Amino acid sequence: MSVTTGPVTNWRRPQVQQGWLARLFDSKIFLIIACLTPAMGLLVVFLTYPLGLGIWLAFTDTHIGRGGVFIGFENFESLWYDRVFWGAVFYTVFYTGVATALKFALGLWLALLLNENLPFKSLLRAIILLPWIVPTVLSAIAFWWIFDAQFSIISYVLVDKLGLLDHYIDFLGTPWAARWSLVFANVWRGIPFVAISLLAGLQTISPSLYEAALLDGASSWQRFRRITAPLLMPILAVVLTFSVLFTFTDFQLVYAITRGGPINSTHLMATLAFQRGIPGGQLGEGAAIAVSMIPFLILATLFSYFALARRKWQQGGDDE
Amino acid sequence: MATVDIRDVRKNFGSTAILHGVSVGIEDGEFVVLVGPSGCGKSTLLRMIAGLENITGGQVSIGDRVVNDVPPKDRDIAMVFQNYALYPHMTVRDNMAFSMTLAKAPKEVIETEVTRAARILGLEKLLDRFPRQLSGGQRQRVAMGRAIVRHPQVFLFDEPLSNLDAKLRVQMRAEIKDLHQRLKTTTIYVTHDQIEAMTMADKIVVMHGGHVEQIGAPLELYDRPANAFVAGFIGSPAMNLLPGTVQGGAFQPDGGGARWPLPAGAQATEGLRVTYGFRPEHLRLAPDGLPLTITLIEPTGSETQVTGRSGEALVVGAFRERITARVGEAIHVLPDTAQAHLFHGETGKRLNA
Repeated sequence: MSVTTGPVTNWRRPQVQQGWLARLFDSKIFLIIACLTPAMGLLVVFLTYPLGLGIWLAFTDTHIGRGGVFIGFENFESLWYDRVFWGAVFYTVFYTGVATALKFALGLWLALLLNENLPFKSLLRAIILLPWIVPTVLSAIAFWWIFDAQFSIISYVLVDKLGLLDHYIDFLGTPWAARWSLVFANVWRGIPFVAISLLAGLQTISPSLYEAALLDGASSWQRFRRITAPLLMPILAVVLTFSVLFTFTDFQLVYAITRGGPINSTHLMATLAFQRGIPGGQLGEGAAIAVSMIPFLILATLFSYFALARRKWQQGGDDE
Repeated sequence: MATVDIRDVRKNFGSTAILHGVSVGIEDGEFVVLVGPSGCGKSTLLRMIAGLENITGGQVSIGDRVVNDVPPKDRDIAMVFQNYALYPHMTVRDNMAFSMTLAKAPKEVIETEVTRAARILGLEKLLDRFPRQLSGGQRQRVAMGRAIVRHPQVFLFDEPLSNLDAKLRVQMRAEIKDLHQRLKTTTIYVTHDQIEAMTMADKIVVMHGGHVEQIGAPLELYDRPANAFVAGFIGSPAMNLLPGTVQGGAFQPDGGGARWPLPAGAQATEGLRVTYGFRPEHLRLAPDGLPLTITLIEPTGSETQVTGRSGEALVVGAFRERITARVGEAIHVLPDTAQAHLFHGETGKRLNA
């Protein structure tokens, strides 16, 4: 053939002796210890220790500036007869339930909308994320202003501009108005997380499934109910669990807007625990309130564990 | 069952034209394969027949009905997708029954139809499995089952075998053809694989760059390609296509070398730029033939493929005889002029009758 090759050398790859460092990093045991230590250390210092301390404090009568002694379940007994505590439990459940339901309804709707071919899609997605990016306290202050008794823009529009009402609404001054106002603020803040997560889930569904369903004669509602909903269920369960956990343990919004008032009507368990423990000085009692959140959180996690258990259709093939 | 008439169909995506006026007539019960390289518009055309893409111009009729504005579910067609598009959360049974469930068919009817389809495709034992638990070939069969239960007027297949391995592909090819012979439903099948097209089709539509290059029966395309593109696309190993000019009543390849005899019935004037084509199996050993310097020998057992140089031109031949010559040596060959082809150098159009 007319193909020519260049000059040939006798180079062969030599045997390379590895240094002690290279051999050390090849050792599996060393690698396991080296890689795990930083993570374990961080977990112990910032998670295990505070959690353990919190649980310990719940069984003592510690006050700020005075060490306490172990008193068993006394803190929990006094909480059992504490109407403010039960009010906080009620509002926490109400707040979590209503806000999560609304966040999911609106978030799913937004996700479906954003999954369509809209003009300026990426811009819209960025705008949707805004409430989530803004620091919570900042948006809390904005809501505080929106819900202000005198300067509320909602009252201004309803009364002065549209004339639908004849008096300003006292959003944060009456218990139920305050409760709903906070739920509204939480929904506003939580929608982006739900919408973006569900949108990611929607995008994993192959478009050809919709085309096949279209040919099979499915209407758009049937496509949603029979294709989208079941295929979205796994990710929906994850997002739902996270959303419930975040909402249940919420603190910032409530503390920044109402601080639990009026007359303790908007205390969440988290804000009440802080109120009693830090400004109130009764660390033991505050810790006990915080600890009593744990059963609720375990319940929510268990729910996700069972809801998330891989469905039969997700399991891999076992061909005969 | 129905005829399908595609008349001057055009498709633009924005300002980009994908199909430039495609016309194909499909008889009742015919198996038609749309074949062409990637991006030739064959899948787009199929999706337009299915109703998954809008028709920019022209007209598609199924039976006697123009379906341009008929929604997909009312076109009475069934489609098998390249990735099968099985519903992952439904069993094989529910996948096949889905269209009937949506149409609120009675339970007994659904059961009868699903059982029938499962029997045709050998899926009886897999009805309660989920798609994930099936092999590629089984999924492919479920996708066909989903189409069969609907008794559509037309089956549409969009590259259904390209996700399968080579052996399974040959097997499924035979199964699809067999299925068509039993059901006799008009079928439109898209593929980029010319062997699939040759083996399965009653009629092949070769597409290229949004145009139809040639329509015809497989062997018609093989024996008398209408242009250089079809000549090069159909057949494996591919046809030799040598560029050159007509000189002294013979073909002179570019870059010198011996002259080749013109194909029988070639109508070419002296000095015309042409492409000379002949299939590897139409080259025969001849002591008085053109010398070919061997660069590669590939014995497959039944025949031997020889690549060689004649002047600058690289030529492939396939011989039934055992070749004893080695690389670097020369053999003498002649093309069968009755089966050789001459195409216009610029337009690519066929020049011999």
